[in-house]
Amino acid sequence: MAVLIYTENFDGKFKKSSYELVSYGVEIAKQEGTEAIAVTIGNVDESALKELGNYGAKKVIKVGNDELKDFSAKAYTAVIEQVAKNIGANVILFGNNPSGRAIAPRLSVKLNAGLVAGAVAIPSSLAPFTVRKRAFSGKAFADVVVNSDTKVVTLSQNSYKIVEAKEDISIEDFTAEIPEGAYAVKPIEVVKSTGKLSVTDADILVSAGRGLKAAENWGMIEEMAEIMGAGISCSRPVSDLGWRGHDEHVGQTGKVVAPNLYIAVGISGAVQHLAGVNSSKIMVCINTDADAPFFEAADYGIIGDAFDVVPKLNEALKKFYAEG
Amino acid sequence: MKALICIGHVPDTTSKVKFTDGDTKFDTTDIQYIVGPYEELALTRLLDIKDAGTEMHITAINVGNAETEATLRKALAMGADEAIRINADPTDAAFVAKQIAEVYKNGEFDVVVTGKESIDYNGGQVEGMIGAFLDLPTVAGASLFELEGDKIKMEQEIDGGKQVLEASFPFVVSAGKGFAKEPRIPNMRGIMTARRKKLEVIEPVEQKNMTEVIKHYLPEAKPACKMVSPDNVEELVRLLHEEAKVI
Ligand SMILES: Cc1cc2nc3c(=O)[nH]c(=O)nc-3n(C[C@@H](O)[C@H](O)[C@H](O)COP(=O)(O)OP(=O)(O)OC[C@H]3O[C@@H](n4cnc5c(N)ncnc54)[C@H](O)[C@@H]3O)c2cc1C
Ligand SMILES: Cc1cc2nc3c(=O)[nH]c(=O)nc-3n(C[C@H](O)[C@H](O)[C@H](O)COP(=O)(O)OP(=O)(O)OC[C@H]3O[C@@H](n4cnc5c(N)ncnc54)[C@H](O)[C@@H]3O)c2cc1C
Repeated sequence: MAVLIYTENFDGKFKKSSYELVSYGVEIAKQEGTEAIAVTIGNVDESALKELGNYGAKKVIKVGNDELKDFSAKAYTAVIEQVAKNIGANVILFGNNPSGRAIAPRLSVKLNAGLVAGAVAIPSSLAPFTVRKRAFSGKAFADVVVNSDTKVVTLSQNSYKIVEAKEDISIEDFTAEIPEGAYAVKPIEVVKSTGKLSVTDADILVSAGRGLKAAENWGMIEEMAEIMGAGISCSRPVSDLGWRGHDEHVGQTGKVVAPNLYIAVGISGAVQHLAGVNSSKIMVCINTDADAPFFEAADYGIIGDAFDVVPKLNEALKKFYAEG
Repeated sequence: MKALICIGHVPDTTSKVKFTDGDTKFDTTDIQYIVGPYEELALTRLLDIKDAGTEMHITAINVGNAETEATLRKALAMGADEAIRINADPTDAAFVAKQIAEVYKNGEFDVVVTGKESIDYNGGQVEGMIGAFLDLPTVAGASLFELEGDKIKMEQEIDGGKQVLEASFPFVVSAGKGFAKEPRIPNMRGIMTARRKKLEVIEPVEQKNMTEVIKHYLPEAKPACKMVSPDNVEELVRLLHEEAKVI
């Protein structure tokens, strides 16, 4: 038995979410008395692979087949299936991110395993295997029991703290067999999101809504994000109106985020908006309307005009960060 | 194009979420049910392609009890041609996927379309599971779906960006934001004709439940929002640093 952790890399580098997942897998392995083994697909150099050892992984399996350059759910599932069988994995973990969501369901059927999608905590029991997950778009949680011998779990981002635990990690190369027709849906090109911090990766999000009235008013929001090293997100009407890109839209029908700090400026706090952001650790609401529903969900609030409050707040933040 | 579209029967997005029977069951009192928002986008896109002159037959399918028929009728009112209900309690995603895969095998479908995620159990898993049962390629969370000759051009979100894809039938795709712009609203004529469209009820095939929801929880009530004066924004910075410890 072993815990297999799928750690996706971005041009050979791992992100914080992968370290969270390794920490999560190491804890499950510890409780089960087994080993935590990471697997990654693509060209990752030794120093990056060794980093996974800083969070307690004992071994990392590197699948370097050139044919796997482009993502394909079918191909990647076949690879993870082979690795899982090879090491006798009984728990297989993914991040609840695009690749995890594409691979985990396919894999669960192939391995005759139950899947918990969007786990938010370490299993509360190993037998029966019980995990809490996000449900009703953040309005509730559900405890799910998995009845099969093999379990697949995708972990929600920012829901498990990174634990450092130095291990001397060994690196193993693995060559997988790629099934026929694995690329029947043909990748034509990959459009990388540019240098900016993606909304799901950001620890702090500065978010603005229709209250800002026009696209050209986002300068002060960009400034706040810059000062704080934050990402920028927005409500749905803002992206529908074309004031900001669709990649910044958060909520029920946009991205689901869980930063440490979410600052909402000129956002009313509709349930569909809150559904995507209410797992944030701390929420701040800045709004002219004292009755805006967002104040009920927020931890801190300022009733005021964004065009007055935000520039003042930016000055105060600048001062704070300058003083360290 | 012959499309099989999977319609979830889910609580309206504004529903107040409550549980009963010792928090084991979702409380359906006063709950309005809708076609899942992503399925609405998916169906809208198929209808757009049909209206643009492509031959298209759309079968809407739901795995659920009799009460989900009203939701299937909504899909018919939007413009789906016929509907199938698999008569079962849908409590496990693999069970649901297996039923849909069986219907696919017995029809001659070019494509299976689902929503990216249900808004009740937020699994995002039915599409991948159908693909695995049928050994078909899958595309998760497509933000574009365009017919180009006999191929379909799609875009799929991947880690760190998006992938542009070209597919030949058959395949399984789940619709994300951008699949269609605005969901269609059924018109009076659609609602009238929906009543006469075929809605077939089929008994389920066997498939073991892999998972079981045993209990639900509501998020902990947050303490009241702490108000800061707009003339004292320095205080907010102090609270975020000293009290909340997030900056
Ligand atoms: C009392 C009760 C208990 C439940 N217990 C469980 C449980 O223990 N485990 C569990 O996983 N789910 C449970 N469900 C949810 C179940 O109804 C879901 O249909 C199924 O599990 C898939 O949910 P998901 O969130 O994984 O769907 P997703 O994978 O997020 O759904 C993606 C897409 O699949 C399609 N789809 C989903 N469900 C259906 C359906 N029933 N018919 C047709 N198409 C569909 C839709 O297009 C949807 O957009 C329960 C529901 C009820 C009412
Ligand atoms: C099925 C469905 C799915 C949806 N999904 C999403 C989703 O994923 N994400 C999402 O965001 N929405 C979603 N919505 C839309 C949602 O219901 C709301 O309409 C939307 O969130 C409102 O956006 P907003 O807060 O920016 O705008 P508004 O509701 O118009 O609020 C603007 C706010 O700005 C305040 N304001 C005005 N001027 C100022 C000023 N000078 N300074 C400070 N504050 C000011 C106002 O008091 C008001 O509270 C969905 C709706 C449906 C039906």
